[in-house]
Amino acid sequence: MGKSKEDIYIDPEITWEDVENLSLATCNGAKVLLDVMAGEGVKVIFGYPGGSLLTLYDALLDSPIKHILPRHEQTAVHAADAYARVSGKVGVCMATSGPGAANMVTGIANAYMDSVPLVIITGQVPTNLLGSDSFQEVDITGMTLPITKHSYLVKDAQEIPRIVKEAFHIAGTGRPGPVLIDLPKNVMAAEVIDPHPPKLSLKSYKFFSKGNSGQIEEAAKALAQSKKPVVYTGGGVITSGAGLILRKLIEKVNIPVVTTLMGIGSVPTKHPNLLGMVGMHGTITANLAVNDCDLLIAVGVRFDDRVTSGLKHKFATQAKVIHIDIDPAEIGKVVRTHIPIVGDAKLVLEELFQKVVPPKINEWWEQLREWKKQYPLCYEQDGHLNPQTILEAMGKIGGKSAIVATDVGQHQMWAAQFYPVNNGRQFITSAGLGTMGFGFPAAIGAQIAKRDSLVFLVTGDGSFQMSIQELATTVQYQLPIKIVLMNNGVLGMVRQLQKMFYNERFCEIQLHANPDFIKVAEAYGVKGIRVENPEQVDAALKEAIDYPGPVLIDCKISPDEIVLPMLPPGKAITEILGGRE
Amino acid sequence: MMLHTLAVLVENNPGVLARVSGLFARRAYNIYSLTVCQTENPSLSLMTIVVEGDIQVIEQVTKQLHKLVVVHKVTNLTKEAVVDRELALIRVKVRTETRLEILQAVDIFRGRVVDMGKSNLTIELTGDEDKINAFVRTMRTYGIQELVRTGKIAIARSDN
Repeated sequence: MGKSKEDIYIDPEITWEDVENLSLATCNGAKVLLDVMAGEGVKVIFGYPGGSLLTLYDALLDSPIKHILPRHEQTAVHAADAYARVSGKVGVCMATSGPGAANMVTGIANAYMDSVPLVIITGQVPTNLLGSDSFQEVDITGMTLPITKHSYLVKDAQEIPRIVKEAFHIAGTGRPGPVLIDLPKNVMAAEVIDPHPPKLSLKSYKFFSKGNSGQIEEAAKALAQSKKPVVYTGGGVITSGAGLILRKLIEKVNIPVVTTLMGIGSVPTKHPNLLGMVGMHGTITANLAVNDCDLLIAVGVRFDDRVTSGLKHKFATQAKVIHIDIDPAEIGKVVRTHIPIVGDAKLVLEELFQKVVPPKINEWWEQLREWKKQYPLCYEQDGHLNPQTILEAMGKIGGKSAIVATDVGQHQMWAAQFYPVNNGRQFITSAGLGTMGFGFPAAIGAQIAKRDSLVFLVTGDGSFQMSIQELATTVQYQLPIKIVLMNNGVLGMVRQLQKMFYNERFCEIQLHANPDFIKVAEAYGVKGIRVENPEQVDAALKEAIDYPGPVLIDCKISPDEIVLPMLPPGKAITEILGGRE
Repeated sequence: MMLHTLAVLVENNPGVLARVSGLFARRAYNIYSLTVCQTENPSLSLMTIVVEGDIQVIEQVTKQLHKLVVVHKVTNLTKEAVVDRELALIRVKVRTETRLEILQAVDIFRGRVVDMGKSNLTIELTGDEDKINAFVRTMRTYGIQELVRTGKIAIARSDN
């Protein structure tokens, strides 16, 4: 079925010797680009070829770096994005000039919003044609200026080694982000005299790692005096690998934690100190705790409006705010910060751990326990197939190491609420940009990063059809992704919003001509399982996991299912909808 | 709203101005004036940006500017003792009766006449913003045909 032995992905073995040998001979820009990337530890590139990248794809034949061919440039970026989130390394993707590059824009914005380290290579028309509206020309560095951490338009092939080295450094350090390298066709073909990258010399690029000790001391003091503290963690905790020290810290002083969507996995879902996700679809307890606390210890978060409800002046009004973040620009951007600490979350928390003493907060815990009892995350088990049931069953069968990639919509929120996540880098979701179509390529990138892990994709029938062509990629590279499709025949989240805030005036949310997804899957060579009632869930999941290849489980759920609780945008916590017993 | 003068030391490369101005545009910061020139070190340029905003906005502008890889240094010259100057070229209508008055005004403001036509004079004037504004107001009574201003450049006074 179109798959061959070579397509099965195994990490290539690249030794430093290989890299040295490769670079000994002088060669063209394309070859040097790949060699320097190999030297940076790149094992795999997600890309899509085209006219202005021909020289690069020719050089790829002789490179030890593997290439994955998703079926769209946007999904190539998403796959590289998830590869980076799961592996902790810099993800690499590439596409040709013009439409190829323009198709990557959403993917780049997605990575930028969630601070994911990426190096993006785009082909460009030859330098003599630049700016002349030539065939397949777009100003991709200009178009991506607001959504990249940095970008380069390379006009001299001699600069390739330096630029590639810098790009990886900038993408992967400080607050990570996407860095784009735009390579004109003639620059790739030009001979590079010295292929060795020079030593990094980036005078204007700085980032903090260790936090200010005096400020950390202040934070410890504030915690000791606090009566109602809450830790609020986000993606920064996961990026810096601070999960373990965070756990040690909250256990040492026994304080409660809430996480953002990006912070899921920073504390295990089942940890007794975790109050759940905060924000629009977070738990009532988490939201009440943040609203009521007298000390908010924010770690690796950016006070997104999905958390603050866009009400920065009504958010945690009684709290002293400690904000730990590696990006100084995030501090004070949204809310007033009393104790700012600029630094790497892991290093700061390690130092804070040494200094903290447990505050006396028994009363606070009593209150929190009462809320937890009063407002548990719950759903009506009415005999129909509930999405929540499926997610809980997935959590049971998936165990502690499964990776879950989600798309965007209702299913994403249900997954955030009901799928138990044990660790960072196991819950992969498009948080900041909310990109439908992210999930499937993300599952592909995750499976490439962790070849032996169980990878679930939780998706909806709307999102899935934005990247459905990737069924081919899973088959070609034999990626045994288990796709759980929450199929309700509508754009569920939009329907929910129209139902709740537009008097049920439903508009353009019916997906009337949905295909039979099982047949579509089978057409690509993916196994399909249909699930229509709750009794079939466990057996279907088991069958899917026992099957060695990719599987699509088509779960028929009701379009009337809604995500609760819900804190409507612009509303205070007291106006939260649903979720009460 | 207060005006702040930021001296932004940047790399002297193509595209740098777009990065800086793009940042101001997308974060909705208002540029009042902007001048760019090469510095003593030819690999660096200095942008003098006058931006409107309260302290929080200026703090965010400064932090966001620092995040650009091409930005080396941002100095807020508003609070410091600074010398700031602007250059203006003004073409003003003259008649026989007004010629003397205008020349006297030029003299008082320490300007220079740099060009002369049949019925107009072109005057060069440097000074701080207030002085130029005052001169422009004076010239309006005679009729300004054309006016160009450079925007502010500024330098901190030396400590000794």
